[in-house]
Amino acid sequence: MLDTASPAAKAPATATTPADAPAASAAPRPPLWRREALALALFAFFAVAPAIAQVGAEGYLLSLVIRAMIFAIAALSLDLILGYGALVSFGHAAFVGIGCYAVGILMAHAVPDIFVQLLVTLVASALFAFVTGAISLRTKGVYFIMITLAFGQMVYFLTTSLAPYGGDDGLTLPSRSTVLGTDVLENDTVFYYLVLACLVGVYALLRAIVGSRFGRVLRGTKENAVRMQAIGYDPYRYQLAAYVIAGMIAGLAGFLLANQLEFVSPAFISWQRSGELIIMVVLGGMGTLTGAIVGAMSFLFLEEILARITQDWKLIFGPLLVLVALFARGGILGFFRRAK
Amino acid sequence: MYTTLILVQTLNGLQFGIILFLIAAGLTLVFGVMDFINLAHGVQYMIGAYFAFAFTTWTGNFGLGLLLALPTALAFGLLLEALVFRHLYDKDHLEQVLATFGIILFLNQGVKVIWGSSPLFVPVPDFLQGSIVLFEGFFYPVYRLAIIGAGLAVAALLYVLVNYTRAGMLVRAGATNAKMVAALGVDIRRLFMIVFGFGAMLAGFAGAMVAPILSVEPGMGDNLLILAFVVIVIGGIGSIRGAFLAALIIGLVDTLGRTFAGDVLRLFLEPGAASTIGRAVAPMLIYILMAAVLFFRPAGLFPVKR
Repeated sequence: MLDTASPAAKAPATATTPADAPAASAAPRPPLWRREALALALFAFFAVAPAIAQVGAEGYLLSLVIRAMIFAIAALSLDLILGYGALVSFGHAAFVGIGCYAVGILMAHAVPDIFVQLLVTLVASALFAFVTGAISLRTKGVYFIMITLAFGQMVYFLTTSLAPYGGDDGLTLPSRSTVLGTDVLENDTVFYYLVLACLVGVYALLRAIVGSRFGRVLRGTKENAVRMQAIGYDPYRYQLAAYVIAGMIAGLAGFLLANQLEFVSPAFISWQRSGELIIMVVLGGMGTLTGAIVGAMSFLFLEEILARITQDWKLIFGPLLVLVALFARGGILGFFRRAK
Repeated sequence: MYTTLILVQTLNGLQFGIILFLIAAGLTLVFGVMDFINLAHGVQYMIGAYFAFAFTTWTGNFGLGLLLALPTALAFGLLLEALVFRHLYDKDHLEQVLATFGIILFLNQGVKVIWGSSPLFVPVPDFLQGSIVLFEGFFYPVYRLAIIGAGLAVAALLYVLVNYTRAGMLVRAGATNAKMVAALGVDIRRLFMIVFGFGAMLAGFAGAMVAPILSVEPGMGDNLLILAFVVIVIGGIGSIRGAFLAALIIGLVDTLGRTFAGDVLRLFLEPGAASTIGRAVAPMLIYILMAAVLFFRPAGLFPVKR
């Protein structure tokens, strides 16, 4: 079941010879529900989770699942550039932070409307992604990792120095965003389904992007940028566009995170958070999209379960990550795919 | 008065730069020779500080503690290499990031379990206590001068080792083209092991040296790791000379920036805005510097020739 025959599974074959791509997509494909079986199962789980949590009567479970969905959105956005574009951004938490602070700062100025906040979030993260992406994408490989890290750290230190908005200590929000003047999002169930809708929407959008001509060019660039250039594509423009899209989606995740916690803090933007996002994607299996969701869920649930067993859970979690790196090529999805 | 402040901060910046160099030297070699992203290099600095604390407490003498901490840090580095890193050389960068991030989590928590999470303090050794008068009205702590001296001595030793010994020659060759070195019959795995152990020991030495002036606590290496990455990227990955100069630049820019950014801006802006913007810009300076260097010289200031 886990082998949903996602396009990424065929990526090496199609991407090395982009000319083949139309032929490959012309081949008979399994129906949508089989291709997306795992994703649909995950969404179904998310859809009924509040009902199950009600039985357990523990509010914290619900907030854990909300957090997992929010980080799944951020991890999905990273997977677009990391898994499909081989662009290892080590500053992705900066976009989450921009979303958080867009909400926080607008709240502090008594602009609680969700649409205004969303617009500001998306515009701000797109602008930041465009400017930093245009500079970062001139570098390659390890230097790209490091320059994105540098931009991430700049945002981190900028937020620590925002004294009017809490500085180091962060900023507590007076409430969640309002929809047309109502505080309907204060209802946790409503908020839960808003986050789920965002997750499904982002997944569908990214799936469409990855399957489109744009997505194929991006994957081709990952395999061999010189060859893509030779057949008339400008890799830089495609990568930059992907970087901006990923940044905006991560901004959306930040917007949701600020609303869930009703608190924003520079701690959301530290380099460790960016590292965790990379780990979620690699853990789940990069270049699959579903892997990003599985990775974010596994990371947060495992953290929660281990933390309940012992307060020194990192002593177990750390070596687990090492084992995954050593033995589970292709992350969790790759592991199961091989086991099948 | 102001001149004194500038001088003191310049010396502080130098001292910080020297510490950064000790950490970055190992990192740049591991990175340059093995093409290995080692996020766990920062915890080796932390481990060095904890070893120094443990042995100093045990022997009651900082000198002895330092002497014992060095081989222990080396042994610990070699142990990590044998257990984990050795199996990661052939993997790609992302798997290295994943594994070494796991090691950070483990060791940060590990020291918490053994030594507790509250900061620990190591006393400055008796013979290095107090301040000396460098000239009329200008005092500076002896211990910080000792750090600068020790760091410069290590830098000189490294220079000789890398440029005038057979092992150093192999390291330089490895940084240029590791595959070719292996093809010529050198046991590249053993070379990797030596470079790795040596890098771990240097980071541990840095940690041990700062133990008396900073508090020893879990996670103390996390931010220095990022600074060390900034240093090696600016200096050019694999270049010891580049790491040395970049470390001093970063140490000075960061220290002087934090002290004087507001004052400099006051020349152009009204005082209130100047100090606010100064506080915001100061910690970002080195990252702006790094982005600028990468933009104009994508392979750093002193790229290793390939």
